[in-house]
Amino acid sequence: MNSYRGSSLKKKLKTQVLIIGGGATGTGVARDLSLRGVKCILVEKKDINAGASGANHGLLHSGARYVSNDPESAKECRDENRLLKQLAPDCIEETGGMFVAVEGDDEKFIADFQSHCDKAGIPCCPMDIAEAKEAEPALSDKTIAAYAVEDASVDPFKLVLENITDAQKLGCKFLRHSKVVRFNKQGNNIESVDLVNKTTGNELSIEADIVVNATGAWAGQVAALAGADIDLIYSKGTLLITHSRVTQRVVNRLRPPGDADILVPGGTVSILGTTSLRMDSLDKIRPTVAEVDRIVDEGATMMPGLETTRYIRAYSGVRPLLGGGGKGDDRSVTRGFDLVDHARDGIENFITITGGKLTTFRLMAEKTSDLVCRRIGVSAPCQTRRVPLISAHETRWAVPGFSPKNWFKGHDKDDLLLCECEMVPQSAIEEIVDYFDIFDQQADLKGIGKRSRIGKGSCQGNFCSLRIAAFLYDRDLLSADQGASEIHSFINERWKGQRCLLWDTPVVQAELQEAMHCGFFGLELTQ
Amino acid sequence: MTNIKTNHCKLTIIGTGMAGMAAACFASQNKIDTIQIGVNSGIIYSSGFFDLMGIHPIDTQLSWNNPWQAIDQLVTDNPKHPYARLRKTEIETAMTQFLDFMKAAERPYMFNKNQNTEVITPVGTVKRTYAVPRSMWAGAVALKERHSCLIVDFVGLKAFSAKQIADMLMPRWPKIRPLRISFPSVGASSDLYPEQMARSLEVEENRIKLADAIRPHLADAKSLGLPAILGIYKPRQVRNHLEELLGIDIFEIPTIPPSVPGIRLKEALEGFLAGKGVRLIPQKRVLFAERQNNGKFALSIGDQGSNKTEQKIETDGVILAGGRFLGMGLYAGRKKIREPLFNLPVFQPEDRALWHQTDFFDPKGHQISQAGLEIDDSFRPTDLAGQPVYENLFAAGSILAHQDWMRQKCGAGLCIATAYKAVEAFKKTL
Repeated sequence: MNSYRGSSLKKKLKTQVLIIGGGATGTGVARDLSLRGVKCILVEKKDINAGASGANHGLLHSGARYVSNDPESAKECRDENRLLKQLAPDCIEETGGMFVAVEGDDEKFIADFQSHCDKAGIPCCPMDIAEAKEAEPALSDKTIAAYAVEDASVDPFKLVLENITDAQKLGCKFLRHSKVVRFNKQGNNIESVDLVNKTTGNELSIEADIVVNATGAWAGQVAALAGADIDLIYSKGTLLITHSRVTQRVVNRLRPPGDADILVPGGTVSILGTTSLRMDSLDKIRPTVAEVDRIVDEGATMMPGLETTRYIRAYSGVRPLLGGGGKGDDRSVTRGFDLVDHARDGIENFITITGGKLTTFRLMAEKTSDLVCRRIGVSAPCQTRRVPLISAHETRWAVPGFSPKNWFKGHDKDDLLLCECEMVPQSAIEEIVDYFDIFDQQADLKGIGKRSRIGKGSCQGNFCSLRIAAFLYDRDLLSADQGASEIHSFINERWKGQRCLLWDTPVVQAELQEAMHCGFFGLELTQ
Repeated sequence: MTNIKTNHCKLTIIGTGMAGMAAACFASQNKIDTIQIGVNSGIIYSSGFFDLMGIHPIDTQLSWNNPWQAIDQLVTDNPKHPYARLRKTEIETAMTQFLDFMKAAERPYMFNKNQNTEVITPVGTVKRTYAVPRSMWAGAVALKERHSCLIVDFVGLKAFSAKQIADMLMPRWPKIRPLRISFPSVGASSDLYPEQMARSLEVEENRIKLADAIRPHLADAKSLGLPAILGIYKPRQVRNHLEELLGIDIFEIPTIPPSVPGIRLKEALEGFLAGKGVRLIPQKRVLFAERQNNGKFALSIGDQGSNKTEQKIETDGVILAGGRFLGMGLYAGRKKIREPLFNLPVFQPEDRALWHQTDFFDPKGHQISQAGLEIDDSFRPTDLAGQPVYENLFAAGSILAHQDWMRQKCGAGLCIATAYKAVEAFKKTL
């Protein structure tokens, strides 16, 4: 038994603003408010980027994708794109982007593209086919049109880590694994919010002047818990990560939004997606073999090499789309965002922000924070338009390539590499777990995984999970039988992304992993 | 181009993992002129434990004390399991003979007749297995008696935490106690590797230093558990000497693969087989196989990852013992699983979507783990009509369909028993 479970010390906290949801929007609001000097606490039932913020392309839209059906969103994207390139250059790679069409694509759509862009004010420049092929040799020989746009790629994990780390430095508290279970209301006000730590079972109550619901696809569920109403459509999207980078630029398919119509490079990999599938529920969101095959086949019409390239991970996210739709492709539903003051539902101090997209997260946070400040009588203006987001020391282990470089530059003689694939040392793990602890002496492999590269190399967690679990026992950060369940949940988290991609070499890795974790350790018997 | 050497033999065993090694042992026992070929023996991934049969049915995770009763139940429930094609006396004979080989190779095993034994794993779980290397036996005894026991680990040895093992076992074994010390003879690097530690303990002086470092902490301990680092070539002498120095029973706990017990197993079996005249072609693989008009097989041999034939084998019979995917006995493409050498039919789920469960640890196991070659009672791979593809082609080990050795905990037993039977069947063709 876990010795700490069931200890029922109910903690109480007090703050000005309670933000629910640790994705791009929630952490964006936390930073925005913190920069204005507002006290806030951010709670998240899992960990950062557990929803759509961690399951997207990492695309910083130029806006061109939306010119034909949503020019307002297109303009927002364009403006935020330019602003973020200035303010958060460390999180962004200025790759540039292209829209390309291949034989058989809708000619009217191709013909109208330039004028739609012009009308919306989105820069777009036609390219000679030969020039496009030279710039991106992976393009199909059947390419018939190409335009250059201002797309870029953004690292959503780094972005969110930087936001929350900056907010924490300004005094914001961040509680992971803390699930909202109850809103305690007095008249038309939420007086306090009860939470349960999902790892320890500990209970917590937070009193806040105002509560912000920034839970993305879960916004409807959280609002309902407070007795308010949010109408959302759930659209599941699946994406694949290639083993190596396929193109230099973002490549979009020049056609009405469809499956596998974009390939976004980031660092040493490319991300191919996506599909769009209406879901009734948020449970069991994971990629399927059919989706993977569909993405590979469809992507290969734009770039034939995608048929044979090796893929390292598949993942799925849920786009929270604003409701009211119901017909046609969910991709035609507006990608705008919705800021709801629940005074409309008779709750005076409750706000929901949902919809939108990664590119406009800052703007969403700004609008939300403006409303919050008006309601609590704070006049300080938004700072996130001018204060740059500087890379914090604490977030460096999450950056691909940092760890090996740092190791070779020199390290303490007693330091050990616990993740040998990505070269993450013991000292990094120590630093990361220090950052975790607020109330409970606990460390989780998944949380370490969000803040470092562990489990992301070729062993996919098979070996590093064992080394890190042993290390955490030695540091008293795991005890009793917690290690078994930690290894379980970490391996299963990696498995979610591998399962549909297990052919060729990865199937060999999977067999070795099962031979060790089940054949040898019998960990399947400890559940 | 000219002068490609052709080796002639009666039997070629393709594979150097557990099944290939066992087949080579049985072939040498029968004085069959044998060539064995394979790349990177999977045996170094072995923990050293020999499982016979532990869990059945896997979805209810029923764990058996008596492996023979478990096998009875298994073959009743699943007549396609490779065990079902063997008489129990044959499995017994195979195990007994193989454990005798291990004794002759100076790596003796211990077991309780007709009974599984509980052993400690490096993550602190308890595993049921059948035969246990002598060097680990005192651990099984200690676990059973729950007597006062000290588990020692070392600064710099990763993925082996005495505290983790003690914490995990504490509820059933309150007298287990962890201790961390520095390994007395470290090199320049702080990173310790079991193989390097094991080699250093073959030096007497290092054993004395290690004993001196542990002695002050023994207190009332009746036994001492160490990671499996007690020598590679002379494990018995290393352990005996340390036991003498400390006056206490000492046992090894295997480390994560590739581990010293795996290396010992490989070295011991290779040495044993060389002594028996089995010709090993190491680090090469069979690139192509062809059946000649005279009924013999012509095998083209070359490097891994190359298509260049360096030498040939002409052989009366072949035993396929290349394992599943890790051993490259089978290959999984995006659409289908293939047997790459003879293009034999492979039993497999209809669709890739069915290969793996959504939960890695799903008690049902993964359907892909039932994939493999279907065989007749002579362990010859069969075609879709159930007829043997060639009367002189056999298969053994985890390449066989209808078994999930990882979940059923029957890996070593499956390899040994099916290798025994494949060799017996081959003998009849001579």
